[in-house]
Amino acid sequence: MRTGIPVSLGYLAVSFTLGITAKQAGLTALQAACTSLLVNASAGEYAAFSLIAAQASYLEIAIMELVANARYLLMSCALSQKLDVGVGLGHRMVMGFTVTDELFGLSILEPDKLNPMFYFGMMACVMPGWAGGTFLGVLMGSVLPASVVSALSVGLYGMFLAVIVPQSRKSRTILIVVLLSMAASLGFDLLPCMAQISSGTKTIILTVAIAAGAAILAPVAPSPDWEEGLDEA
Amino acid sequence: MKHNIYLYILIITVVTYLIRVLPLTLIRREIHNRFIRSFLYYVPYVTLAVMTFPAMLYATDSLWSGLGALLVGVAVAWFSGNLFLVASSACAVVFVLELFL
Repeated sequence: MRTGIPVSLGYLAVSFTLGITAKQAGLTALQAACTSLLVNASAGEYAAFSLIAAQASYLEIAIMELVANARYLLMSCALSQKLDVGVGLGHRMVMGFTVTDELFGLSILEPDKLNPMFYFGMMACVMPGWAGGTFLGVLMGSVLPASVVSALSVGLYGMFLAVIVPQSRKSRTILIVVLLSMAASLGFDLLPCMAQISSGTKTIILTVAIAAGAAILAPVAPSPDWEEGLDEA
Repeated sequence: MKHNIYLYILIITVVTYLIRVLPLTLIRREIHNRFIRSFLYYVPYVTLAVMTFPAMLYATDSLWSGLGALLVGVAVAWFSGNLFLVASSACAVVFVLELFL
């Protein structure tokens, strides 16, 4: 519980900006809070709200969610190694509800096997913060002056930068991958022939292509320290 | 055609939950395939980079404040790496710059 409280406060701030995005997509405060409570994913929810705003197809949003949250697949794989073989199916299923970047980071920092009760404690702390922040973001987004809303709208991007930039500093490969991704993303926006493609589809195409290319050209070492690189991801 | 918002929420909930719960419940041993591991390792960085740039430039009222937030955000992330410091300094830059623009 104690570990979870600082994370919860941070979530409150970040999810607030998420609420503003949800409002722009036309969701009510209650709908947005429900989404946050059920989904618990910053980038995934952000991508979803953008697609909802664009009235994307159900298939497009499902694939987008799959790609935006693909990292949780990897985190869950890593967490499965952290759990005692004796941890039952029920406990695993509840934990699976809230595998997030921050909780993953905290769990990996635990020196021994992960106790599901420790995990549930963290969940109890962060989930109200996340859903509450989103709720307030939708409500306050319309009350706050336009300049504040404009300022807060970069908060999420700031959070994404905080994930990718420190890793780019540590690893030259990641730096190249990140710069290449950004350049390709800009290229997609500028090229007239690509302008028809929605931003969600763009993210899917580029992610699969660049990550696969990087995996072929620069495969990560088959040692257990690959988890360390993901701590802050 | 107008899409149903609750169906959207249901879809993202189910997809996200399956992504998280399947590895936790099904995998009880380590993944050894090097390509899959490498691919999954790079996925978050590519996804986040593509979503951040250039979209961050268009998020604010002015292109220039978005650019300022990007530059300051990168600098703060480079030297500190603290998630909330990065996010709040990016917001602060936009707020201050737009007072003058």
